Amino acid sequence: MAHMTPTPVLDPSQDKTMILNMGPQHPSTHGVLRLLLEVDGETIVRLMPDIGYLHTGIEKTCEAKFYQQVVPLTDRIDYLCPMTNNLAYCLAVEKLLGLEIPPRAQWIRVLLNELTRINSHLVWLGTHAMDIGALTVFLYCFREREDVLRLFEAVSGQRMMTSYFRIGGLALEPPLGFFERVKKFLVRFPANIDEYEDLLTQNPIWVRRTKGVAYLSPEDAIALCATGPTLRGSGVDVDLRRDLPYSGYENFKFNVPVSNDGDVYARYIIRVAELRESQKIAMQALEGMPEGAVKADAPKVVLPDREKMKTQMEALIYHFKIVTEGFTVPEGEVYMPIESPRGEMGYYVVSDGTAKPYRVHMRSPSFANLQTLRKMCEGRLIADVVAAIGSIDIVLGDCDR
Amino acid sequence: MALQPAITDIEQLKDRPELATLLAWNPSAVTAVKFDRNELTIWLDRIALCEACLTLKNDPKLQYNAIADITCVDWFPREPRFEVVYQLFSIPNKKYLRLKVKLQGDDPNIDSLTPIWPGADFFEREVWDLFGVRFDEHPNLVRIMMPENWQGHPLRKDYPVEGYR
Repeated sequence: MAHMTPTPVLDPSQDKTMILNMGPQHPSTHGVLRLLLEVDGETIVRLMPDIGYLHTGIEKTCEAKFYQQVVPLTDRIDYLCPMTNNLAYCLAVEKLLGLEIPPRAQWIRVLLNELTRINSHLVWLGTHAMDIGALTVFLYCFREREDVLRLFEAVSGQRMMTSYFRIGGLALEPPLGFFERVKKFLVRFPANIDEYEDLLTQNPIWVRRTKGVAYLSPEDAIALCATGPTLRGSGVDVDLRRDLPYSGYENFKFNVPVSNDGDVYARYIIRVAELRESQKIAMQALEGMPEGAVKADAPKVVLPDREKMKTQMEALIYHFKIVTEGFTVPEGEVYMPIESPRGEMGYYVVSDGTAKPYRVHMRSPSFANLQTLRKMCEGRLIADVVAAIGSIDIVLGDCDR
Repeated sequence: MALQPAITDIEQLKDRPELATLLAWNPSAVTAVKFDRNELTIWLDRIALCEACLTLKNDPKLQYNAIADITCVDWFPREPRFEVVYQLFSIPNKKYLRLKVKLQGDDPNIDSLTPIWPGADFFEREVWDLFGVRFDEHPNLVRIMMPENWQGHPLRKDYPVEGYR
């Protein structure tokens, strides 16, 4: 949040350019992104993003918490995909501990992560289309998103800040009838995607607002640290779920959509295709769901079941110890990257052997992807900025942390 | 998946292609190395960092062509106090590599990677803002998270978590 006062690049005495301030309260900047645009008429000469309005110092807060107390903080980073953040953090700490997670917990994690991806992409699609002027899509998307949020509420008691994953597994077994509800949703969801596509994919206004707009070459995308659909939209085939599988993703079959066009339309096509792929992965997770425990067998790390705690002295002692003094994690460091709906979500966790993390750093996809905006917009019209912001799908909570 | 002890012996690890390439390029640039939890970490001399990154990027086999993350760890009150951490990513090989550079506590500064990867820009600004590590030759090294009139660097360990600064 540097509140820059930029110097015009063109000769000011000629009075050719002016500075236009966009945001932070602009509705189409998806939160509190402030853009300084230097414009020559309608054409953008220079674009400077100004971020930090949502900076809450989560990384600093983590250093003062026990390992298990950090999980709820990770929800608040990217509020559209809380489960992805929970998963990245839990996987990082589990890797530090050398903890083995039971297959059932892994599969439920995959299932919920794909539902989270659907949730996040639906919000993206709705708001992105609304920014460009197609309001109907927004209402359609939020209709399905409501269903996903109800599923989250059923499983974790919360619609958005779920905190459902724990270090060593899940908080608790999903409620009875949960998988049937998910299945019901997944069975009818492809028809819903067809509805969105009917409204947009062939729509001449949509195509003209997005095709060829905000082009990003593959070289620029790599150099500017773009990840996720923004990178794949430029023809670079990277998906960490397939390339460096985590949490049992190697057991699932899915395609990674890639496009060589590098424009807003390509990123739209990719995300819609990802909605279909997520639905497929979630279906596979439901069909092959293994039986067994949802928590690792590690009494010093994982809280005991309520029933055991009330009947067994040992369990009660462990419960008391974990809650009051946390658990120690062997010295070391890990970087755990996973594929969030926006790109590479990486958690870098350093342990000094105590019960509190020495350092937690989140490599957030929105923060890195935002750097591509300049390349996409310079030389183009002001109206295209809105389309470009929507197409990189930033969440400012994730960006500023 | 029981934990294996970390390997820190340079002799045992010199068959790793990343380390072998760097040692062949300039043996004095590598100061330490660690293989722990399936992740390779290489400590570099601060002067050699940019050249080492270029070597890893241009090597036809390794092709570490992207930078995933730049961050810093403050080991206050130990000296050298700061450790700047770089996560390189090879898109063709889908592999990560961690590079680290140790910096002294008084006036920490290091060469910027923005000439190699323009995308290092925001990460380096964040490290400057929150840790006070200067990146030489950075095109626009100003605060990114905190207001520009902010005093101090919040993620340093001697900066309090609560109360007044």
